[in-house]
Amino acid sequence: MAGRAQPISAFPGIGAALVVAALILGTLAAVAARAEAGTGFGVSDWAALRFTLTQASLSALLSVGLAIPVARALARRRFPGRRLLIALLGAPFILPVIVAILGLLAVFGRAGWLSSLLGLFGLEPVQIYGLHGVVLAHVFFNLPLATRLILQGWQEIPAERFRLAAQLNAGPLAMWQLLEAPMLRRAAPGALAVVFAICLSSFAVALTLGGGPRATTIELAIYQAFRFDFDLGRAALLSGLQLGLTGAAALVALRVSAGEGFGAGLDRAVQRWDGHSRFSRGLDMFWIFLSAAFLLLPLAAIVLAGLPGLAALKGTVWQAAGNSILVSGFSTVILLALALPMAAAVAAGRDGMTELAGILGLAASPLVIGTGLFILIHPIADPFALALPVTALVNAVMALPFAMRILVPRAREVLGRYGRLSLSLDMQGWAFVRHVYLPRMRAQTGFAAGLAAALSMGDLGVVALFADPDFATLPLQIYRLMGAYRMEAAAGAALLLLVLSMGAFWILDRGGRWHAEA
Amino acid sequence: MKHLAFAAGLLGASAAFAETPELTVYTYDSFVSDWGPGPAVEKAFEEVCGCDLKLVGAGDGAALLARIKLEGERSDADVVLGLDTNLTAAAKETGLFADHSVSADYALPVEWTDATFVPYDWGYFAFVHNADATVPTDFKTLADSDTKIVIQDPRSSTPGLGLLLWVKAAYGDEAPAVWKGLSDNVVTVTKGWSEAYGMFLEGEADMVLSYTTSPAYHLIAEEDGSKAAAAFDEGHYMQVEVAGKLANSDQSELADQFLAFMVSDAFQSIIPTTNWMYPAVIPATGLPEGFETLVQPGKSLLLSETEAADVRDAALGEWLDALSQ
Repeated sequence: MAGRAQPISAFPGIGAALVVAALILGTLAAVAARAEAGTGFGVSDWAALRFTLTQASLSALLSVGLAIPVARALARRRFPGRRLLIALLGAPFILPVIVAILGLLAVFGRAGWLSSLLGLFGLEPVQIYGLHGVVLAHVFFNLPLATRLILQGWQEIPAERFRLAAQLNAGPLAMWQLLEAPMLRRAAPGALAVVFAICLSSFAVALTLGGGPRATTIELAIYQAFRFDFDLGRAALLSGLQLGLTGAAALVALRVSAGEGFGAGLDRAVQRWDGHSRFSRGLDMFWIFLSAAFLLLPLAAIVLAGLPGLAALKGTVWQAAGNSILVSGFSTVILLALALPMAAAVAAGRDGMTELAGILGLAASPLVIGTGLFILIHPIADPFALALPVTALVNAVMALPFAMRILVPRAREVLGRYGRLSLSLDMQGWAFVRHVYLPRMRAQTGFAAGLAAALSMGDLGVVALFADPDFATLPLQIYRLMGAYRMEAAAGAALLLLVLSMGAFWILDRGGRWHAEA
Repeated sequence: MKHLAFAAGLLGASAAFAETPELTVYTYDSFVSDWGPGPAVEKAFEEVCGCDLKLVGAGDGAALLARIKLEGERSDADVVLGLDTNLTAAAKETGLFADHSVSADYALPVEWTDATFVPYDWGYFAFVHNADATVPTDFKTLADSDTKIVIQDPRSSTPGLGLLLWVKAAYGDEAPAVWKGLSDNVVTVTKGWSEAYGMFLEGEADMVLSYTTSPAYHLIAEEDGSKAAAAFDEGHYMQVEVAGKLANSDQSELADQFLAFMVSDAFQSIIPTTNWMYPAVIPATGLPEGFETLVQPGKSLLLSETEAADVRDAALGEWLDALSQ
């Protein structure tokens, strides 16, 4: 596609990518510039690197590997509550880490539901702590995201292709070869790269479920460099390593992710004629039940734990909830302002650097971004006064990688299908954006906005570094409640956060969908 | 006209505002939270100082020190409140802090002679357990038992570092062997205190590293006597939390006034039931009812700030070695 005339300019997108790159690399440079001579890369760092890569690779492979049959089942089946299930599947991803850990442990912990059940049969409790625990937790967080990304791939196969396949009496194998495998070749590498990058910067989850310092990740080493050693040089070095690894993973994914799309369709509702055998029906139901149980049980634990505390929530928690909604709203607007032009630039063929800038947000350590911003802002303004805009901006950049994975495939299709027609009608620039690009991107925009809003709502991110007593977000209040022994109230606030995040996601995601497909 | 009046009012208001001096105190986040001492301290000090007390939260004690190092001489802070004796050596090394002139009748188990930092509360680290459970009474019995504990990572948590120094202070060169023995008792290591304590309350472990004063929260705030702290025969490592004045403060007198206020009854009586620590000076009203039920260690352990700074890195290495096997 590169080099062909396009009805849309890549420059706004490239500009947005530069802003993102400047934020991430600029803050890293600011931290590095403040460093005094520090220690370099040590033995323990190699161990951290090895563990980080192992757990991130396993987590990514397993998350995406499981997401494929789950997404396939969800794409083929229609049942009551399907939309609700798909929406709820997004929930683990947006929970504050501490809440999610306690939810997971309520089910899989030594004193959890599963262990109690095993105890009834005289069996030993589940041994959750270890590498397998880390991977389990990461799959819990990322399976839903991978499922949504791959499900979207299925939905981008035009209804006409399925009809044609049915008319040609394509069996399961032929369906797989003709439609599903090519789609996965396009969608899966991106999903793998995103999940890999998320797990790369994991810290609290890896440490807690990994059972101790064996499970030291690079992010923990960065944290140690900051607060234990105050060695900014090492922090910057390790953070640069994390960015490099993510960048490499993204490049590999982009290289591997190949193949043209399926061409244009007429946006009909998809109807499927395949997968009616008893076996495939049973198989799909198996995957749906398994994934629903795995993801919903810990959520149920969080809801159950939160109900008693909900009544005890004081005014300041509600105020924090208001702040979180505000941050989330701003952050979503910033995200769309960055992501829509960037997706267009990528689709218009200037993909390399823009796409890379889009994924870096995942690898940037919040601690480094926050500290870097602090170093940059402090000489000219009061960082605390800028808590809201800074948090909104950083949250937007952190959500950008997800938004890009959602928007780019669709943007490619839109330009591929309508680019030449629009050019021949001399519909360019803003007219193209308004009449073709934005309307066609509506469903994906809604999904991306919903995810960004929910992520921003649940993210502790940099606000902890910029917090002042008068501006707390809900995740910060949850941590504060826990720090003050108020575990029950914290559980109530976590439930409130869950409801708000899901609500924001639901509204934006639904708002974007004009046809019946969920 | 209306706009002009509004503008005049605004200018007048900000001029009046500017006349009230502002004292900026950096502290850790849980101090400023609605459930911490912050709100009550702010109210009490503003009643006597004719000033505006601005409390700014920054993570925990270690993050607080990092913040001050980052800001250096440009810092807006007049006072830093919330460092402990494991951090004061590094804090003094920055040269950013000024000496104080506060003296008080401290109720600390150790003598306090620090010229730069003033203590405001203290506590003993301890393993908290359910009162009805039988638990080990020293580290070696704990290591031989199958009692499960959850602890915090010394690299990211203040209590975690406290435990590291506790074992080091009690066992010295024997510490690696003790940690090796404990490694199968450690269910997991968490990033911070909250995760660990939450996991303990959910039943993931028999004991959690916290403070001897933790059961007081459950007893006083929740009227729940089911939690207790285990008294260890080796003695208990202490945490002494301190505050200091920055040399570059533009409110030097007010900062002195704050430090003196900090060891007065008005401040000290707030501490026990908000920070859930022992006050550095026993207020005239005494300790709150319930504190007399807390376990009293037979021996107080505390490394001096220089010792703590010296052994920290080596102790961390030993800890990592023992628990990474």
